Amino acid sequence: MTDQPTLITGRAFWRGFRRNRIAVAGLAMLLIALAAAVFAPAVAPYDPYAPVAITVESIYQRPGPAHWLGTDDAGKDVLSNFIFGARVSLTVGIFASFISVVIGGLIGISAGYFGGRLERWLMRFTDFMLVIPDLPLIVVIVAITRPSLTNIILVIGLLGWTTTARLVRSQTLSIKERKFVLRARSIGAGHLHILRRHIFPLVLPLLVVNSVLIISLAILNESTLSFLGLSDPTRISWGQMLNYAFERGAMSSRAWWVLVTPGFGIVWLVLGFTLLGHGLEQVLNPRTEWHHLTDHPRMVSLPAPLNPQP
Amino acid sequence: MTSPLLDVRDLSVDFHLPGRPPGHAVSRVGFTLQPGEAMGLVGESGCGKTTLSLALLRLLPPQGRIVSGSVKFNGRELLALSEPEMANVRWKDISMIFQGAMNALNPVASIGAQISEAVRRHYSFMTPVEARTRTAELLDMVGIGAARAGQYPHQYSGGMRQRAMIAMALACSPQIVIADEPTTALDVMIQAQILDLLDRLRRELGLAVIFVTHDLGVVAELCDKVLVMYAGVTAEYAGVDEIYNQPRHPYTQELLKAFPDLSRPRAALNSIPGYPPRIDALPPGCRFAPRCPAVFDRCHIDQPALHALTPEHLAACHLVESES
Amino acid sequence: MTPALRLVSLKKHFAAGRAGFFHRDPRLVHAVDGISLEVAHGEILALVGESGCGKSTLALTLLGLEKPTSGEIHFEGTDVTHLRGAALKDMHRRIQMVFQDPYESLNPMMTVEEAVAEPLEVHSLLKNSAARRTRVIQALEDAGLKPADSFLDRLPHQLSGGQRQRVVIAAALVLEPTILLADEPVSMLDVSIRAEILNLLAEIRARRSITILFITHDFGTIAHFADRIAVMYLGRIVEIGATEEVLRDPQHPYTQALLSAVPVPNPRLRQKRLILQGETPNPIDLPSGCRFHPRCPVAEDRCRLTDPPAVPLSATHSAACLLVED
Repeated sequence: MTDQPTLITGRAFWRGFRRNRIAVAGLAMLLIALAAAVFAPAVAPYDPYAPVAITVESIYQRPGPAHWLGTDDAGKDVLSNFIFGARVSLTVGIFASFISVVIGGLIGISAGYFGGRLERWLMRFTDFMLVIPDLPLIVVIVAITRPSLTNIILVIGLLGWTTTARLVRSQTLSIKERKFVLRARSIGAGHLHILRRHIFPLVLPLLVVNSVLIISLAILNESTLSFLGLSDPTRISWGQMLNYAFERGAMSSRAWWVLVTPGFGIVWLVLGFTLLGHGLEQVLNPRTEWHHLTDHPRMVSLPAPLNPQP
Repeated sequence: MTSPLLDVRDLSVDFHLPGRPPGHAVSRVGFTLQPGEAMGLVGESGCGKTTLSLALLRLLPPQGRIVSGSVKFNGRELLALSEPEMANVRWKDISMIFQGAMNALNPVASIGAQISEAVRRHYSFMTPVEARTRTAELLDMVGIGAARAGQYPHQYSGGMRQRAMIAMALACSPQIVIADEPTTALDVMIQAQILDLLDRLRRELGLAVIFVTHDLGVVAELCDKVLVMYAGVTAEYAGVDEIYNQPRHPYTQELLKAFPDLSRPRAALNSIPGYPPRIDALPPGCRFAPRCPAVFDRCHIDQPALHALTPEHLAACHLVESES
Repeated sequence: MTPALRLVSLKKHFAAGRAGFFHRDPRLVHAVDGISLEVAHGEILALVGESGCGKSTLALTLLGLEKPTSGEIHFEGTDVTHLRGAALKDMHRRIQMVFQDPYESLNPMMTVEEAVAEPLEVHSLLKNSAARRTRVIQALEDAGLKPADSFLDRLPHQLSGGQRQRVVIAAALVLEPTILLADEPVSMLDVSIRAEILNLLAEIRARRSITILFITHDFGTIAHFADRIAVMYLGRIVEIGATEEVLRDPQHPYTQALLSAVPVPNPRLRQKRLILQGETPNPIDLPSGCRFHPRCPVAEDRCRLTDPPAVPLSATHSAACLLVED
């Protein structure tokens, strides 16, 4: 038997997707988060950007009927902050990952397809970027530039493409060697045609999976930046909520809800994207379904002892 | 007549795939094998050749099940053995050269190390030195030469890798070797070398060999008898001369006409229109009926029984039955 | 009449690895090493040889995917050896290839229609989608896929091996080429359907008078299919002649050995076969003199020294062996 290529048609994809519990769970988690973010003004009980008159009592109020998740150090409703915070995380995650995947995809495909000197330079550059610890660099750059939402997206996106580039390059290398690419060349097809019709469609599933997985990394990076105080001060984000909570005595006030809530949000989104990513990977590339360590297929199966014939 | 080395009777294998009716991959196939005898197992791809050979070793994939029959090796029922007992039979009594396995050698271990490992896995009492000696012996036997034991698979050509696979299969001096497409994807000359080697080993070691192949030339050159399978059933089972010179089943006849014969260069090649049926959607009557040039009404209703023309020539066809 | 294809001492050498610290000059792989050949319009020529004999490199060179090191390629009387750009692309239209493995030579994500229309798209022909579809359907029917409409939207994994090879043939025919290179087009297919594909190629030749270069290592397949046979060894043609001549009366010891190694499907014709030991040596360190002498069963001293020229045996038959001369 020849190795079946990793191909899936639209309908087969949905069938496989629906059967994959991990992917469906991840998608459900993300849809909830996405709905909350999009309809934040309708869902949130208070407007977090509206000024509030604070009294001593309104700071760090315990969760109660008026504030389901209590209030923070500025007397604002934590639940509303939490819901609006999802917007920043999702925006940064999606846009930054988009930038990363576009850069990584371009570099990976060109290096893998053209090879030679171009590949050596591109991959050397990729390795160089790969060994620089991302987070300190991001912190430094954001600290030097102004910490606005756009800057944060750009910095995270421009530094997060290295793994994508490596994966895409190796996938391209193997597709390039397949016979149908040679056949296309023998027809007289140029590089652009081969890249567009043969390489890209077969790299695409990898890019999709990768972008989903990178979103969760970007969300974590964004939260870390905000937690370190490098967030856009005009927008509420979960990292920023954590930062304020730490700096303004939530711990000593035993206001656990101020800490747990944004933490839970980050975990929810990262988990959702990771589950969806791994689920998609299994659906799009059935070969990863079996792993020799997870389950050893039973070699022998007999229903019942048979009577030896006379 | 002495009792045969291998006696297979009425062996049936079903495949169970989720959401599909069970597929009858092999149905009531039987044959015998004497020591030192070579049998060809031929048919198109998907006709159950490989499934049958895996079933003999009880190495079916999880979806496959042996549902009936008996496989006796030296009078011992293999299907009744416990799994550890069966593991002992595999390789030491019956071994197999898997199709395409020569491309699945571990690229980062030397050929010698891989053969030694196979030797020691089955002969745990051997010291590494003894295993190495045995490996050298095996490599000499298959014409690689002990000097090349330290080389890695990428330093071997396709033909040499296939020789290494044969050495591995012979590691425990088995009495039967099943060779699944041992020469496909090799050049003509290398093919001839490998077949020559297998034939020599058969004579020198008294091996019984089952050649699983679609290459009728290989079978004609090397085998004593032939089992022609179609869609999981025996089409014809006879001595090699009967199969090639008096084929009785239309499938055998068509298959022979489709195979190029250099001794008759002017004979036009024939093709068999259509495809073998899927094992989960078999036709009700004779499984070959939809493609058979000699088909008549009864073939679509009745499945023909295996009919003995002589004690050594069996064919499953209504035409044969009505004739005799 | 001008031949469809004429090769004049065509050579293709590759550098074996880059020039390094230890050897300044890269060593050369003599993949194709001086091939001269004429193929007539509508002729089927079989190129027979083992792997490493240079037949695949020759095909890639003819397709313009490898630049020849030296020599000339004449295509219908025109020298196309040094074509570039648009002229080269235009030549691609007239020489098309069918590959060995029908499971690998179709993109798994392209439908039959897309695959067959791809050459038209590449060459910007028939931009009108209705006309393009008509041509695709015509090509599929010529390749024996009927009714063609029912195949248009299928993906390769929904086709059998024979059907896939027919799709590949249709995609090669859609540009109406004059030469078809077929690299082992049936060796991956089941015995029962090989004849179908061979007959299809013969029929296409008859109908369109296409020249077919059939590359194979198996004499059996081409015995009654080819008009002429050329046997290749280490980048050279060692014997060439009409099919009958080469099969009945092979003159070069290599041809004789190859023929004797082909198993005959008749147990009554079992014979001691002439099996050459070892494998085709690598084309880097070519033996001196006749390049076949180290494996030749009848080699003499002079074979080590003299590189034998092609000796004509009849109007169509010639062999490059010193012993033939006598």
